[in-house]
Amino acid sequence: MIKAILIFNNHGKPRLIRFYQYFAEDMQQQIIRETFHLVSKRDDNVCNFLEGGSLIGGSDYKLIYRHYATLYFVFCVDSSESELGILDLIQVFVETLDKCFENVCELDLIFHMDKVHYILQEVVMGGMVLETNMNEIVAQVELQNRMEKSEGGLSGAPARAVSAVKNMNLPEMPRNINIGDINIKVPSLSPF
Amino acid sequence: MALKIVKGSIDRMFDKNLQDLVRGIRNHKEDEAKYISTCIDEIKQELKQDNIAVKANAVCKLTYLQMLGYDVSWAAFNIVEVMSSSKFTYKRIGYLAASQCFHESTDVIMLTTNQIRKDLSSPNQYDTGVALTGLSCFVTPDLARDLANDIMTLMSHTKPYIRKKAVLIMYKVFLKYPESLRPAFPRLKEKLEDPDPGVQSAAVNVICELARRNPKNYLSLAPLFFKLMTSSTNNWVLIKIIKLFGALTPLEPRLGKKLIEPLTNLIHSTSAMSLLYECVNTVIAVLISLSSGMPNHSASIQLCVQKLRILIEDSDQNLKYLGLLAMSKILKTHPKSVQSHKDLILQCLDDKDESIRLRALDLLYGMVSKKNLMEIVKKLMLHVDKAEGTTYRDELLTKIIDICSQSNYQYITNFEWYISILVELTRLEGTRHGHLIASQMLDVAIRVKAIRIFAVAQMATLLDNAHLLTGNMQRNGICEVLYAAAWICGEFSEHLENPMQTLEAMLRPKVATLPGHIQAVYVQNAAKLFATVLKSQEGNTEGTPAQETSQLMVERLPLFVQSANLEVQERASCILQLVKYIQKLQQKDVEVAEEVSALFAGELNPVAPKAQKKVPVPEGLDLDAWINEPPSESESEDEQPKAIFTREEPKHSRPRHTEVDEKELAKRREVRKQEQANNPFYIKASPSSQKVYQETHGVEHIPVVQIDLSVPLKVPGLPMSDQYVKLEEERRQKDRADKKKKKKEKRKDKRTGRGKRHDSGPESEEDITPAHMVDIVTEEMPENALPSDDDDKDPNDPHKALDIDLDKPLADSEKLPVRSHRAAEALKSPGEDGDAVSAATLEPRKKRSKEKREEKKKDKDGDRKKSKEEKKKKKHKHEEKEENLLSGQADEPVVQSEESSQVAAPPTSTSAEVSDLDFWLSNAPVPSNTQEAATVAAAAEAASVPEAVSGTAPDSEPEEPKDAEMEETKSSKHKKKKQKKEKEEKEKKKKKKHHHHHRHSDAGGEESVQNGTVEEEEPLPSMSNYCLLAENSYIKMMTEDADQVYDIQGNLQDGSQVVVSVIFENKCDSFLKSMEFNVLDSLNSKLQRPEGSGPHDGLTVPFQLPPGVSNEARFVFTMQSIVMPQKLKGTLTFIVKNDDSSTHEKLDFKLHFTCTSYLISTPCYSDAFAKLLESGDLKSSSIKLEAVLMPFHHLLARICFHHHFSVVERIDSCASMYSRTIQGHHVCLLVKTADQTVSIDAKCDEPTLLGNVLDEIKQTFSQC
Repeated sequence: MIKAILIFNNHGKPRLIRFYQYFAEDMQQQIIRETFHLVSKRDDNVCNFLEGGSLIGGSDYKLIYRHYATLYFVFCVDSSESELGILDLIQVFVETLDKCFENVCELDLIFHMDKVHYILQEVVMGGMVLETNMNEIVAQVELQNRMEKSEGGLSGAPARAVSAVKNMNLPEMPRNINIGDINIKVPSLSPF
Repeated sequence: MALKIVKGSIDRMFDKNLQDLVRGIRNHKEDEAKYISTCIDEIKQELKQDNIAVKANAVCKLTYLQMLGYDVSWAAFNIVEVMSSSKFTYKRIGYLAASQCFHESTDVIMLTTNQIRKDLSSPNQYDTGVALTGLSCFVTPDLARDLANDIMTLMSHTKPYIRKKAVLIMYKVFLKYPESLRPAFPRLKEKLEDPDPGVQSAAVNVICELARRNPKNYLSLAPLFFKLMTSSTNNWVLIKIIKLFGALTPLEPRLGKKLIEPLTNLIHSTSAMSLLYECVNTVIAVLISLSSGMPNHSASIQLCVQKLRILIEDSDQNLKYLGLLAMSKILKTHPKSVQSHKDLILQCLDDKDESIRLRALDLLYGMVSKKNLMEIVKKLMLHVDKAEGTTYRDELLTKIIDICSQSNYQYITNFEWYISILVELTRLEGTRHGHLIASQMLDVAIRVKAIRIFAVAQMATLLDNAHLLTGNMQRNGICEVLYAAAWICGEFSEHLENPMQTLEAMLRPKVATLPGHIQAVYVQNAAKLFATVLKSQEGNTEGTPAQETSQLMVERLPLFVQSANLEVQERASCILQLVKYIQKLQQKDVEVAEEVSALFAGELNPVAPKAQKKVPVPEGLDLDAWINEPPSESESEDEQPKAIFTREEPKHSRPRHTEVDEKELAKRREVRKQEQANNPFYIKASPSSQKVYQETHGVEHIPVVQIDLSVPLKVPGLPMSDQYVKLEEERRQKDRADKKKKKKEKRKDKRTGRGKRHDSGPESEEDITPAHMVDIVTEEMPENALPSDDDDKDPNDPHKALDIDLDKPLADSEKLPVRSHRAAEALKSPGEDGDAVSAATLEPRKKRSKEKREEKKKDKDGDRKKSKEEKKKKKHKHEEKEENLLSGQADEPVVQSEESSQVAAPPTSTSAEVSDLDFWLSNAPVPSNTQEAATVAAAAEAASVPEAVSGTAPDSEPEEPKDAEMEETKSSKHKKKKQKKEKEEKEKKKKKKHHHHHRHSDAGGEESVQNGTVEEEEPLPSMSNYCLLAENSYIKMMTEDADQVYDIQGNLQDGSQVVVSVIFENKCDSFLKSMEFNVLDSLNSKLQRPEGSGPHDGLTVPFQLPPGVSNEARFVFTMQSIVMPQKLKGTLTFIVKNDDSSTHEKLDFKLHFTCTSYLISTPCYSDAFAKLLESGDLKSSSIKLEAVLMPFHHLLARICFHHHFSVVERIDSCASMYSRTIQGHHVCLLVKTADQTVSIDAKCDEPTLLGNVLDEIKQTFSQC
C-alpha cells in the first residue's frame, strides 16, 4: 500500500499532497516538513530509499523518492510494495505528466494542481497502484478532459477574458515569472 | 429564474479562479497569510451563491488551500453540493475536494450515500470512475456497508476501466466492513482471470494485500497464483504474486519446494532488476521455511547470495541498498553463507549513504563471533564518534548493544570490556537511548556475578561524575544511566571500595534536578549504602564516624522530603525517620548496623519477562467463576465492580505498621537473627569491609573541589574500552601459548608427528575462553511454565477483522445488504449448495490420495530421514482432525437461501480448490503443472456436486436427506460386506491405497470407502460421470470426460482442450505393466501426444498396477469443432506379469465425447444473464420431459452435475441455468416443472450444439 504521495520543490513548498490515510491538516504540514528535511539533505547520488520518517508510518514504511530538477516526488509505502517498482511508478507518473502538459515544469504543477491530481488518480487509487501503462493513463485522462471541454470547462471563455482584463489592471504583476531552470528533465531510464 | 442564472454567470466573471488564486498568493509573499484570509472570505461569499459553477470554482480553490495546510472542513457541505452536480466537470472537483479533506468523522459523509450510489450506477463510465476514486479515499464503515453490493456489481461491469477500479476499492470496503469479504470473495477470485490485464492486476493487488495480513486463509489460492505466475508477463503482477508467495511459504513448506524451480528459472532469465530482486527475496523466504538441513538447497542459497553480492557491488546505490536488505533475511537462517561476504559488508559501513550504512549495520549482527566482536565494536565506536546525525548515532548505539547482548551475551568473552563500552556510550550527547544502556548495565550486573566488583566500581565513578551527564539538562535521556548506577551501587554495596564517597555523591544537592524516578532510586539506594557504611564503621573502634554518617543523612535527606515527586517524598521521609531513630540509638551506643542492613537482606534474581504469564493455572481453579454469589440484578451495576477492584490493590502493597512495644520488637529481632543465620543469602559482616573502611578513613575528610565543566572530559577514573581490547589480545595470546605448550608436551610424549599444523593458523572459535569464569544467570521461569508463543500479536490491527476463513461455505446470514423494497423470495440453488458443502466432504478423499502418494514416495526413497516422516504424519493427524471437524459441519444440513443470486456469487470452484491444495502440493512436478492443477480443480468440482446434494436439506423436505444419507451409509456398508466376503485380501490393500477419485462421502468416518469401481445406481445422492469404458478379465477402464481446460491465454481458437480421466483397475491376480493408451485420431479430435512422437504412437500410462489396485490417468484431447458429439476408437495394450510368465494383452474401447463434455459450468449473474437473453443473438429450442418423478431440486442437481450447468436463479418450480462451452458459446436453459412434466426452453448461439445438448439431457432423464 502507498500511504502518501508528496510532491514539493527544493524549498519544501508543497506542490501536491495526497494522503491515503487521514491526517489533520497541521499534521500533514508537519509530515511534509519532516519529509523535506529528510530528503533534501541527501545527495543526488545516494539511494532513493529512506527509512526513519517518524511521523508517518513506522518501521514497516519507507520513503521512496525521486528528485527531478526542482521537484521531489516522494512516495511513502509499506513493505508490500516493491521498492524498484515504486521507483518505476514515479518515473511513469512523471513521464505521464510530461506528456499531458507537454514538457512539464514546476509552473504546470503550481497552476494546475487539480489536473495533476486527476492524472494521479488514474495511476494510484486509494493507495493501490491502479495502472502502470502510460498510454492507458494518458488515454483515460484525455478522454475525461475532452468530456470536461464538451461541458464548457470550469472557467468558461468569458471568465478567462475577465481574468485577463484583471491582470492588465495589475501593474505589479510580473509578466513572466522567471524561475530559472525549472523544466523537469525526464531522463530516459532503462525500462523496468 | 433565468435572470438569476444570468446574474450568476456575470458574478462568476469576476471571481478568481484557481490560477488567479495561485498567482495572487505568489504576488503576496510578504503577507501571504493575510492575503489568503481575504481569499477565504471571498470563497465563503462564493459558496453562498446558488450558481453551481461558482461553488465548484470556490471548492477547487479550497482544495488548493487545503494543500497549504488550511483546514477547509467547514465547507464540507458545499463540497457535497458540488459532488452532486450533474456535470462531470463539477462533480470531479467535488470528489477531489472530498477525497482530500473528508475522513471518518466528517459528519456530512452520511449525506453522500445516495449520491454516490447514483454516480456508481451512472451510464457515464467517468462519473462512476470519479465516484469510485473519491470513495476509495473517504469510505467509512457505513458507506462500505451500504455500497458494498453496488460496488460488487461493478466488478462485472462491461468496461474494464470500471472493473479495475471496483476491484481495487473492494479492499477498502473489506477493511471497513469485514462482513463483506466472504460474500464478495468468489467474484474477486474470478477477476484473477479477467481478460483485461489491468483488472487482473488489480485483483492480484487486492488479494495480495489481503493475504499479506492473513496468509493462511489464502493458501488455497496457491495453485491459481502459481498458474498466473507461470503465465503472466506483466512484471507488476509477477512481483505482487512472488511477494505473496513469500508470505505463503512459511505456512506450507511443500509450496516452497514447488516454487524453487520456477523462481530459480526466473532469476536466471529476467532482465528486470525489480523482478529479480523479488524472486531472490521469495527464494530466501522459501529456504527459510524449508529450514536448513536440506543439502540440495545449498545451491539455491549460493545462487541468492551470489546475485545479492552482485547487487551490493553495483554502482547503483538503490541496488546496493536492496542487496543488503535481502542479505539480512538470509542471515537469520544461513549466517554462514553471509559471513563469507563480511568484507563487503564492512566496506558498506563506510558508505556515504546513511540508508546503506544502516542496512549494513543490520547485517553486522550476524557477522560477529567471539573472535571479532571486540574488533567490530571498536569500529562501530569510531563511527559513533564520527556520526553527526543523532538518528544514525542512536541506531549505532542500539546496534552495539544488540550485537553484544545477542543470545544471552554469547559472544562476550570479557565483561569488563563490555561494561566499559557501556560506560563510554554514556558520554554520547543527546541520545535517546539512556534507558537502553541502563537496562544493559542492570542486566549484566545482576546476571554476571563475577563482574559485580568491577561494575560497582565503574558505577561509583559514574555517580561521582554525574555532573558530566546532567550538566546540561537538555541532554536528557542519558541520565537514565544514573538510575542503573545508583541501583547497582546500592544493591551490591558490599563490593564498593569507598561507600562513603559514593553515598555522598548520591546525596549531592544537584541530584534534586534529576527526574523523579531516578531520585527515588537514589534515595532508596542511599539507604542501602548507609547500611553498608554503618556496618563497616561500627566494626571500627572509633564511634564518631558512624554517627557522622547518620548526621550526613539527616542533613541531606530533607532536600528530598520536599520533592514534588510523591515517590521521592515518601521514600525520603520514611528513611529520614529511620535514620533519626538510628541516630537516637547510636547516641545510646547501641549497635544498629546489623539490624539496619537486615532491612536490605536477600538476593534478587532475574525473572524472565514472560514468567508471570506462563504460570499455569492450577487444576481446579476457575478464574472466571464467581467467588461470591453474583450480585442480584436489582443492584446498581456501576457500584459493584468498583468495590471488587478497590478491595485488593493498595492494601497488599503497604501493610500498615502497628505500634509495637519494645518487648515485641526484641522478640522479633531474635527471630530475625535466627533466620539470618540460616539464610545463605544473608550477607554477614565480613572482615574485608572493615579493611576498606580503614583505607578510606583518612581520605574522607579531604574536601573535594568539584569542577563543573559543561564539556565532557575524559575522566581518569573511567576505563577506556580500548585498553581491554589490548589486554584481551594479550590474554588470548597467552592462552594460546599455554595451550601450545601443553600440546607440545603431549606431543613429546607421543613422538613429534606432523609438526605444527594448528599453531600458526588463526585461532578457532573454541580456542577463546572467557576472561573470567562467567556465570550468566538465566532468567527464572516458574515451574512447569507453559510453552507458548502466541503472545505477540497486536490486538489493534485493523486487519485482524479480516482474518476470515474464506473456504468455509457461505451461510445464509452472510450476504451483502441489498437495497431492496420487496423481500426477495428465498430460493436455493443446488449447484451452489453443492459446492459449498462439498468442500468438507471432499477433503478426506484428497487426503487419502495424498497418503497414498506419500506411501509411494516412501517406497521410492526409503532413505529419507525418519524424523521428517514423523513430522509429516503428525501434520496429517492434525489435518485429519480438521477435516473431520469440517465434514461434521457439512453433514448438518446447510441451507443457503439467497435473496438474489447477484448477492452471493456461487463459489464455483473455491471449495474444490481447497481440497485440491494438498493434492496439488503433493504432486510431483510435471511439465504441464498448471494445466493439471486446473484440471484437478475442475474434476474435484464436478465430483463434489452429488455429495453436496446428499448433505443438503431443502427447507421443504427436512426428512428426506437424512434418509438418503442413511441409505447411502447402509448401502456402502452393505457393499463393503459383500466385497469383503468376495475378496478379502484385495480389500486390505485397497484400504491402504484408496483412490482419490471415488465418489462416496465418507459418512461413517472410519468406514472404508469404496473405490470408484462401484457402479452407482444408488438413490440420487451419489452421481457419477464415470462410466464403464471397457472391461476384460484383466482390466477395467472407467472414463469420465468431464473436465475441460482451455488455454490459459484464453485463446479459444486453438486451445480447445478436453481432458479425459480414465481409471484403470486391475481385476486379476497378476501385475500389469507397460500400459499404452492409444486412440485413432479423427480430423476433428486429436489426442495430445508429447512433442516428437508420431500421430499414431500410443501414450505410456505413467504407472503400473499391482493386483486389485486402481489408478487414474488423464489424457488431453484437442477439439476443432464441438457442436457434434464424437466417438473415438482406441486400444489399451499392456503386459500381464505372473510369477512365471508374462503375456501381452490388449483391450479395445470407444471413447464417447458428448456435447455436454464441452460445457463448463460457469457461474453467471442474473443481470448478465438477462442481458444475454435480451441480446437476441441466441437461437432457441425446447424439449419436454414426461413423467419425471424426482423433486425439482434433484432434477436441477442432475442437470448441474451431468451437464455442467449452474443455476442462475430459481423461483419456485422454475429455474434459469447457464453454462458455457470451451469455445465460448453461451447455453441458457429455462427449466419449468408442472405435474411430473418438465419443460426445458433453451437458447444458444449454436443451434446444432444446442440440439445435441438437449438430446443428451433427455437421455439422462430417460435412463432414470
